[in-house]
Amino acid sequence: MAAVVEGSNSTPSAPRGRGRAFLQSEQAQGLALISPTLLYALILLVVPVGVVIAYSFWTQDYLSIDRTFTLEQYSTALGEPIYRDLLLRSLWVSLLVSICTVVLAYPIAYYISFHGGRHKSLWLFLITIPFWTSYLLRVMSWKVILGYNGVLNSGLIGLGIIDEPSTALLYNTSAVVITLTHAWAAFAILPIFVSLEKVDRTLIEAARDLGDGPVRSFLRVTLPLSLPGVISALLIVMIPTVGDYVTPKLVGGKDGVMIASAIETQFKRGGNWPLGSALSVVTMTVVTMMALAVVFIIRQAGRRVR
Amino acid sequence: MKRLLSHWLPAYAFLYIVFLYLPVMFLPIFSVNASHVPKFPLTGFTWKWYEELPRTPALLDAAWNSLMVGVTAAILSTILGICAARAITRYRFRGRTAASGLIMAPLVLPEIILAVSLLIVMLSLGLKLSLFTVVLGHVLICIPYSVTVLNAGFEGFDRSLEEASADLGETSFGTFRRVTLPMVAPAIISSLLVSFTISLDEFIMAFFLAGTDATLPVYIWGQLRFAAKLPSVLALGTLLLVGSFILLTIAEMLRRRAERRVHGVATHA
Repeated sequence: MAAVVEGSNSTPSAPRGRGRAFLQSEQAQGLALISPTLLYALILLVVPVGVVIAYSFWTQDYLSIDRTFTLEQYSTALGEPIYRDLLLRSLWVSLLVSICTVVLAYPIAYYISFHGGRHKSLWLFLITIPFWTSYLLRVMSWKVILGYNGVLNSGLIGLGIIDEPSTALLYNTSAVVITLTHAWAAFAILPIFVSLEKVDRTLIEAARDLGDGPVRSFLRVTLPLSLPGVISALLIVMIPTVGDYVTPKLVGGKDGVMIASAIETQFKRGGNWPLGSALSVVTMTVVTMMALAVVFIIRQAGRRVR
Repeated sequence: MKRLLSHWLPAYAFLYIVFLYLPVMFLPIFSVNASHVPKFPLTGFTWKWYEELPRTPALLDAAWNSLMVGVTAAILSTILGICAARAITRYRFRGRTAASGLIMAPLVLPEIILAVSLLIVMLSLGLKLSLFTVVLGHVLICIPYSVTVLNAGFEGFDRSLEEASADLGETSFGTFRRVTLPMVAPAIISSLLVSFTISLDEFIMAFFLAGTDATLPVYIWGQLRFAAKLPSVLALGTLLLVGSFILLTIAEMLRRRAERRVHGVATHA
C-alpha cells in the first residue's frame, strides 16, 4: 500500500497550488480516511499471515527456532499420509458443503427475488437470523439431533420405523457435511439473491416474447446472469469451511477429523509451529486452487449454455 | 411448468425455513425438559437448569468477560468501520478496491488460520494472552460486517446536503456532526449491535487467544465434555439465542429506518 501512497503524491489531480491541491484532493482525503482501518488490517492480517509463511520455511528444535530456509515442513505436510488424508478429506467436505449449500439456496434466493414482493427484506431477515445465533450452539443442536439417544433416533423409534437407535447418523463425514450445510446457508443465499436482483427483468420478457419457454428462458437468461452470485456464494462457503474446527470435533468423530485439528495440535504446547504453519499455508493454497478450478468450470459451462 | 413453480417454490421455501430453524428450536425445548438426556418423549417441564446458571461463578466470570470483550470490540470495529465505509462511499481514490478487498478479506479466510497467525505474532512479541488479545482478533473479524452495514447506510446519502451545510458556513467537523451523523446514526448503532453479537458468539479466536480468561463460548466448549452439564448449557444457549435475537431485531429495525430516512430526504431534495 505504501507504493500507492507514494505514487499518488506525484499525480496531483487539481490544477491549482500543487501541495494544497493534493491535500484537498479526493485521492489524499480518501486514503487518509481509510488508513486507520487499512493499517489495522495490515498489522493484524497481512503481517501475521506473512509471519506464518516465514515460519513454514523454518524448523523447530524443542523450543528454539532454526531460521535456515528449508522445505522440510512442506515435505512432511504433503508427504505424510495422515496430513494428506486430512487435507483431502477437508477439501472434499468443503467442496461438497459449498455445492450443497448453493444448490439448496438457489431456489430460495430465486423465490425471494422474483416472488418476494413487498416482503423481500423480511424474508432475508428471517433467513439470516439462525445464522447469527452461536455457531457452537448450532453445531451442538445437530449433535442433539443425530446422536445415539438423539431426537432423530428417538423419533424414528417412536414412529416404529426402526427398533433400536442407529449409530450411523453421528460421528462421520456426512454428519459434518449436514451440519456445515446448515451452518452456511445464509452465506450462500445473500450473494445469489443480490445477483438475481440485478438481472434485468425485461431481458427475461424478451426471451419469452421471442418464444423461449420458462425453462429455456431461465437456463439461457436468468441462470447465466446470476452466475457471479453463484460463484461468490461458492467461494464464500468453500474457503472458510476447509479450515472448520468446531464441527468435525463435535459431530465428526474419528472418521470426520479435518485439517484444522492437525493445525491446532501443532500450535498447542509442545507442538511444532513451523509444521503447523506449513499445514496452514498448504491448506490455503490448495483450497484457493480448488476454488479457482470450480470458478473456471462454472464460467465455461455458463458460456456453453449461452 | 409455471404452475409447478408457483406451487412448489413456496412449499420449498417453507421447508427450507423449517430446516433452518428446527435444529435451533431444539435448544429451548430441551432446556426446559426435566430429563438430563435430550431425547423424546419429553419428561416434564422445569426451570431448574436455568436456576443453576446464576449459581455458577465460572459462568458469571465468562459472561462478564464476554460482555467486556463484546462492547470493546463493537466500539473499535465500528469506529474503524466508519472510517473505511465513509472513505469507500464518499471518495474516489486509487487503491480503493485493493484497500476495501484487504479490509473485507477476513470474511473469506478460514478462521483457524487467522487465529493461529495472530497467536504466533502475539507470542513472538511476548504479548501475554488475555482478553485484550481476544479483542484484537474480534475487531479484525467484525470490521467486514461493520463496513457492510455502514456502507449500506452511507450509500445513497445525498452529498448535496453536506455541500449546502459547507456553503452555509459550517466547518467540516460541524457538517459531520450536525448533518452527516444524524443521518447515519441508525447505521452506526446497527453496526455496534451486529459486531457485539458476532463477538459474543465467536469461538475460534477466543479459544486460541484468550489465555486463562474464558469468554462464554469458550466456557460452553469446556462444558460440552460433560454429558451431565448438557441441560444447563442448553439453558445458557437459549438465553444467548434470545439475547442475540433481540439485538439483531433492533439492528434490523434501525437499518430500515436509516434506509427510509436517507431515501426520504433524497426524494425531498
